Amino acid sequence: MSSNRIQQRMDALKASNRKALIPYIVAGDPTPDVTVPAMHAMVTAGADIIELGMPFSDPFADGPVNQRGAERAIAGGMTLRGVLDAVSEFRQTDQETPIVLMGYLNPLIAMGEVAFCDACQDSGVDGLLIVDMPPEEEGSLVEAAKKRGLDLIYLAAPTTTDERLKTIGQATSGYLYYVSLKGITGSSKLDTTEVASRIEHMRQHVSVPICVGFGIRTAEDAAAISSTADGSIVGTVLVSQVEALINDPAKIPDALQSILKPMREAMDAKA
Amino acid sequence: MALTEQELRTLDYEPDAGGHFGDYGGRYVSETLMAALSELDQNYQKLKNDPDFQREFDADLASFVGRPSPLYHAERWSKAIGGAQIYFKREDLNHTGAHKVNNTIGQALLAKYSGKPRVIAETGAGQHGVASATVAARLGLECVVYMGADDVERQSPNVYRMKLLGAKVVPVESGSRTLKDALNEAMRDWVTNVDDTFYIIGTVAGPAPYPQLVRDFNAVVGREVKWQSKELFGQYPDALVACVGGGSNAIGLFYPFLKDTEVAIYGVEAAGRGLSTNEHAAPLCSGRPGVLHGAKTYLMDNSDGQIAHTHSVSAGLDYPGVGPEHAYLKDIGRANYVGATDDEALAAFHEVSQVEGIIPALETSHALAYTKKLAATMRPDQTVVCNMSGRGDKDIFTVAKMEGISLT
Ligand SMILES: Cc1ncc(COP(=O)(O)O)c(C=O)c1O
Repeated sequence: MSSNRIQQRMDALKASNRKALIPYIVAGDPTPDVTVPAMHAMVTAGADIIELGMPFSDPFADGPVNQRGAERAIAGGMTLRGVLDAVSEFRQTDQETPIVLMGYLNPLIAMGEVAFCDACQDSGVDGLLIVDMPPEEEGSLVEAAKKRGLDLIYLAAPTTTDERLKTIGQATSGYLYYVSLKGITGSSKLDTTEVASRIEHMRQHVSVPICVGFGIRTAEDAAAISSTADGSIVGTVLVSQVEALINDPAKIPDALQSILKPMREAMDAKA
Repeated sequence: MALTEQELRTLDYEPDAGGHFGDYGGRYVSETLMAALSELDQNYQKLKNDPDFQREFDADLASFVGRPSPLYHAERWSKAIGGAQIYFKREDLNHTGAHKVNNTIGQALLAKYSGKPRVIAETGAGQHGVASATVAARLGLECVVYMGADDVERQSPNVYRMKLLGAKVVPVESGSRTLKDALNEAMRDWVTNVDDTFYIIGTVAGPAPYPQLVRDFNAVVGREVKWQSKELFGQYPDALVACVGGGSNAIGLFYPFLKDTEVAIYGVEAAGRGLSTNEHAAPLCSGRPGVLHGAKTYLMDNSDGQIAHTHSVSAGLDYPGVGPEHAYLKDIGRANYVGATDDEALAAFHEVSQVEGIIPALETSHALAYTKKLAATMRPDQTVVCNMSGRGDKDIFTVAKMEGISLT
């Protein structure tokens, strides 16, 4: 059952007193053939869940690094169908690692929200994080996703009120993605003590695991965040690394590993 | 879907609490913006009915913008066409030269009443940027304007105007380097600086409550036309015409007339090199519903849902989306949306300059091109009001260049 892959992973981590390391890359960046080897490499480096970006032309909640990643992927021929195919291919050799697709709503509407959820189920996707679809705008996507056992992961932000937090806490499944700072992906100001106190507060309203993203760059950041959160989500540093290697894409999987391994070690040492 | 005339007369044409016009609109944004949008919504719903706020807004429109703007009978042009009597609503005579200033005054006042010392704006042609920089200067607010790098090049006079007014202009290099990318960048700034910053959006697009509040600030245009038409020819016009980029000048004219179903309504999109090519900016004529910049609306995208690169001779219409209320008015059948090509707009630009002594903006020229077609099908005792949304001074460089004339 795909719906349980995220929960199983979270339960297993909890049982062994470890925290989730969740890397994010843009599918198809810079070319479609890099994605699956990169995903396997990240698992080898200790990734617990993979967030795979579905590239969109107008990613207004992302910073320049992730936007360039999306632009490269689209220019390299990546499509929504291509993202789903990458997941199918990954699943041929890895049936364990949960995969969350992250992106914006318009490409899903273009495919048809129900058809998209069918395709997610067929290819072995476990969860969806649609950045520009807050719980207030739930439509046919939510219903179709639930029917097919796909987790819907929602965001919470420092500015989220307690009232909204209750709504979001009820809507989200799998985990809650806490955006650690005001701003876009790739912002640099991360205050780990403030994040810690927010997480304590949020646990009053949210029963699922809380993972934190935006602004985690180093192994120290990852360890500090996951001393209170249930997981660290790492995106922009990885996409920057991909960007540095666009002329030598064969090196990308190894390069991603060398960023993630120290994070894994630092997080486990803290546990 | 299309409603009956009786239904159209009794609808209240207001969005629901979530900012939806039928299926369209809403707040399709990331969680990081939700708090800012609900704060804005609460402030706006409160101030909308606040007599002090309204008094200050009206006073500024009178003394700083020069309202009411005249309703002008284009007699020679009407006669030359030989159909309906054509009237221009002279938004081109506003301070800064377009309808845009009605909205920026309203939003800058909102910023002031909400205690935000910094305003940001996106701009395509530069008209909204200039209007924002203007009101920011007057109210002593810091102002940053995001503008696509290509537009910075295409519209250098307006870039200089904004700088003269004390604003900082930031060229946006991402995406197609035009208006939609400037909007993305402005949203990013807002997410990051939400505590002290007010985002003055330039049209009736974006997440709720923007489409509603920008409409309300521009609705002064239609309200004036209501009494001016009664005064000038004793009744409401038979038809209204306005160009539609995001749709703010159009909704400003249309909104007060929505329940008056005897008044026909036409929004004119940029058909670029033709609606049958891919090179246009006409989502209502040939796009489909989707989600862009925080709202569900008609937009132009490819089969994979990536937002299309649009084309129009006028930078102010060169946008792949459209305000959600227009999407709704289209579906319920209250307004008609049509296209005018680059060539048709340029012809109208020259014709109106020479026959009426008014150089119109290229955006406006699209509305004029359709007005001509429409008037020709009507009787001389009928009337059409076309929104002269802006003046063409900003466009003379573009037109001269296309005609191979060097002005420098
Ligand atoms: C003179 C003029 N008319 C129309 C527009 C299009 O905007 P909207 O559709 O919001 O009125 C612009 C935009 O820059 C403009 O400058």
